[in-house]
Amino acid sequence: MIAALAFYLFAAILIASAVMVVTARNPVHSVLFLILAFFNAAALFLIAGAEFLAMILVIVYVGAVAVLFLFVVMMLDIDFAQLREGFQRYAPFGAVIGGILFLELAFVLGSWSFADSADDLRLSPNPGAGVTNAEALGRILYTDYVYLFQAAGMVLLVAMIGAIVLTHRDRPGTRRQSIADQVARANSISLEKVPVGAGVKELGIRRPPEPAAEPPRVTHDAGHGGHH
Amino acid sequence: MLTIGLAHYLTVGAILLVLGIFGIFLNRKNVIVILMSVELILLSVNLNFVAFSAYLDDLAGQVFAMFVLTVAAAEAAIGLAIVVIYFRNRGSIEVEGISTLKG
Repeated sequence: MIAALAFYLFAAILIASAVMVVTARNPVHSVLFLILAFFNAAALFLIAGAEFLAMILVIVYVGAVAVLFLFVVMMLDIDFAQLREGFQRYAPFGAVIGGILFLELAFVLGSWSFADSADDLRLSPNPGAGVTNAEALGRILYTDYVYLFQAAGMVLLVAMIGAIVLTHRDRPGTRRQSIADQVARANSISLEKVPVGAGVKELGIRRPPEPAAEPPRVTHDAGHGGHH
Repeated sequence: MLTIGLAHYLTVGAILLVLGIFGIFLNRKNVIVILMSVELILLSVNLNFVAFSAYLDDLAGQVFAMFVLTVAAAEAAIGLAIVVIYFRNRGSIEVEGISTLKG
């Protein structure tokens, strides 16, 4: 009873915030409604018994992806009013496509059924009530699905390198290390034998150059007309 | 009505998917909202995976949902990076203006 009411509440908020994501005038509001949608989807996951995925959804989506969206939306100086041109023009088209798609999905959802042998075809059945969701997922994720797990890591690595390469730019005037020049440089080190008790100044060992003598001060008493 | 079954989750997932696709059509000019719509679509896919996983008592669906989540995060990062460099070069993020390669 309570679970059902919670489901309806979270599902309603999820759908309402999804509507706001696509129709909000300000993209910042869109991102904030997206965060709300992710929170409610995480609650739905919790009701379905997938606690680990719910927490992952909150951490990864709300904590990383949505904040990334927020950064980009706020960083770019976009003329939002201009981007909203054609909103009314595309709305009927999108509504027709969405309606057709929803009808098709409704037909599919209304007429399918599980196969009789569906229970036997399960790849990794839930081990039972004694094992928590996170533990059960960990047991199969690092054994049966370890190659997929590694592949997911590769995907993230490529995404990270790709994002860095894409957004990195060379600013003119920045100095960076040139290792080849450093290695090829000659006469950069010299050894000097210093007798005991002698100061470096008497020996003429290279020192940082003395600051140049101050230029003589120009006096303005000749009546040139000061332009102060 | 008051017992939550598979059909409820599938309905929510279907509505979410339709909303995401509607958002892509609605915000034809704003790439960022299009990316957010794609996130909504992937979220609906995840919802379906988790619903079937819970219904069949099979954890493979949750594992797959986790990989979908990974790919979605990577897609968002790359997509936003492309948006940033496109904005840096052109000063706008209109999708319809992205036709430089057309010649």
